[in-house]
Amino acid sequence: MSATGLRSEEALEQGVAMPRPASRGEGRVLLLRTVTLVVALALWQALSGNLVDPFWISSPLAVGAKLWLWISTGVLFRHLLVTIEETAVGFIVGGVCGVVLGGLVAQSRILQRTIDPFVTAVYGIPKVALAPLFIMWFGIGLMPKFVLAGISVFFLVFFNTLAGAREVDSSMVDALRMMGARPAQIHRIVILPASFPFIFLGFKLGLPYGFVGAVAGEMMASNEGIGFLTQNSAGQYDTAGVFAALTALMTVTVLLDAGLARLERWVFRWR
Amino acid sequence: MTGTRASGANPLIEFKAVHKSFFVRGQQFDVVRALDLAVAPGEFLCIVGPSGSGKSTLLNMVAGLGPPSTGAVSYGGRPVSEVNTEVAYLTQHDTLLPWRTVADNVGVPLELRGMAAATRRPLVQAAIDAIGLAGFEGHYPRQLSGGMRKRAMLARTLIQDPQAILMDEPFGPLDAQLKLMLQAELMALWARSRKTIMFVTHDIVEAITLADRVVVLSARPARVNLIETIAIPRPRDVHRTRFAPEFETHYERIWAAMELGALAQVPA
Ligand SMILES: Nc1ncnc2c1ncn2[C@@H]1O[C@H](COP(=O)(O)OP(=O)(O)O)[C@@H](O)[C@H]1O
Ligand SMILES: [Mg+2]
Repeated sequence: MSATGLRSEEALEQGVAMPRPASRGEGRVLLLRTVTLVVALALWQALSGNLVDPFWISSPLAVGAKLWLWISTGVLFRHLLVTIEETAVGFIVGGVCGVVLGGLVAQSRILQRTIDPFVTAVYGIPKVALAPLFIMWFGIGLMPKFVLAGISVFFLVFFNTLAGAREVDSSMVDALRMMGARPAQIHRIVILPASFPFIFLGFKLGLPYGFVGAVAGEMMASNEGIGFLTQNSAGQYDTAGVFAALTALMTVTVLLDAGLARLERWVFRWR
Repeated sequence: MTGTRASGANPLIEFKAVHKSFFVRGQQFDVVRALDLAVAPGEFLCIVGPSGSGKSTLLNMVAGLGPPSTGAVSYGGRPVSEVNTEVAYLTQHDTLLPWRTVADNVGVPLELRGMAAATRRPLVQAAIDAIGLAGFEGHYPRQLSGGMRKRAMLARTLIQDPQAILMDEPFGPLDAQLKLMLQAELMALWARSRKTIMFVTHDIVEAITLADRVVVLSARPARVNLIETIAIPRPRDVHRTRFAPEFETHYERIWAAMELGALAQVPA
C-alpha cells in the first residue's frame, strides 16, 4: 500500500522533473523562417533596379558587399564596440540605480504614492527627446550616451522592482518572522529572491531601450558608434551603408535577446 | 489517565473571552465568540471543528499573526502582542520558498541563527530523513507533490526545536499509510521532548490517536462545544488506538458534539 503511494508520488515528480520534450514543430518553424527570409531577400533583390531605383532601396547584394567591406576593414567592430560599451555602462548604472531606488521606495507606501505621478510623468517623456539636453550638458563624448541609455533602463527596472517588492507573498514573510528572522534577513531570504523575476524582467525589457538610447545619442552628435555609421551613410546618400548599419543593429538585438532568454531559463530553473 | 490537564497551575497558552470579527465589505463577520481555552505546558491538544469554523484563526492568534478583536490571548503568561517567535507554526498554506531546494528550505531556521552551512548539513539531512524525503534534498518545491511539500514544511518546523508547535491540518493531503507513519513520528518526538502541541485536524480518529484532550469547536462563530479528555493510556501505538476499549466512547461523544455544531449553523 505504502509502496504504491510512494511510487505514484515519485512517478509524478519524475514526470514534472523531466526536461520538456522539444516541441515537434520546432524544426518546421525554423525551416519556415529560413524560407521567409530567403523569399524576402530574393524579392528585394528582384525589385531593386527593376521596379525601384537602387538609390532608394539598395539591394541585398550591395548591402552584403558593404557589410563585408566594413567587417574586413574592422570598421564595423570598432563602431559596434563603442555602441555596446555605451549600452553596457548605461545598462549597469541605470539598472543598479533602478533596483536600489525601487527597493527603497517600496519600503514606504506613502513615499510610493507621493512620487508616483512625478515618476510616471518623467517616464512618459520619449527618452530620445532628452538627447539634445544631455548633449548640451555633457558634450558630444560618451557621457550623454551613457546617460541616455542609463535613463531608459532605469525606469523599467525601477518600476519592475517596485512591483516585485509589492507582490511578495506575505505568508512567506510571516513564516520567516515566526522563525525569528530580522528585517535584513527577510529581505535577503524572501523579498529579494521573490522580486527577482520582476527585476529580471525590468532588465530584459530595458536592454533594447538602453541600446536605442545609445544609438539615438550617437545619431544626434557623435563621430563613432553604429548610430554615427547610419547617420554618416545617410549623409553621403549611401543607402547600402544605411541598410548595412541597420542589419548590424538588428543582429545585435536578436543576439542580445537570445542570450537573455537563455540566461532567464537558467536563473529561473526552479520554476 | 496520564494526559496533562489544563486545569494544572499555569497554562502555557490561554484564550480568555476571545472574540474575533472580520469586516468584509463593511459587514461584520464574527468568527470566534466568547472563547475560553487553556493549554498546559507539554500538552498535546487537538482541535476539531467544521471547516470555516475558525480553527486557523485561533492558531494565528497564538502565532501573533492576527490579534483577537476583544479578549486576550497569552503565551507563557504574557499577552501575545507581536509575532510569537517562541512557537513554530506549520501553516495550512504552503510557505516553502519556491526558489530554494528542499534542503535549503528545511535549513532556513538554522541559517537564520547564523549556523554555518557545514554545521547545518547533517542536521538538515537528519530532519529530511525523519520525514521520509531522503533522495529529494535537491528538488525544488514545484517538483514535489502536495504531500511531499507538507512533509518538507514539517521538517522545517521540527528543525526549529521550538517550545511549542502549532500545526494546521498538517497530514491532510497524505495517504493513510504515510499519515500513520508521520503520526507515530510526531508522537515519539512529543514523548521525547514534551513540547506543547496545538494540532488542528478534521480527522476525529487522528485527534483521538494523538491528543491528551480534543477540543470540539462549533460552527462559526467558534465556541467550545466539548473538551474531551482522551483516556487511552500512553504510550500509544497509532495502528492500535482505534481498537482501544475507550476509543468508541470518545469517538461517539466527539461526533455528537460536531453534529451539534453543524445544527447550530442554521440561523444567520
Ligand atoms: N483575513 C480574513 N478576512 C475575512 N475573513 C476571514 C479572514 N480570515 C478568515 N476569515 C473567515 O473566517 C472564517 C474562519 O476561518 P478559518 O479560521 O480559516 O477556518 P478553519 O481553519 O476552521 O477552516 C472563515 O469563514 C473565513 O472565511
Ligand atoms: Mg483552516
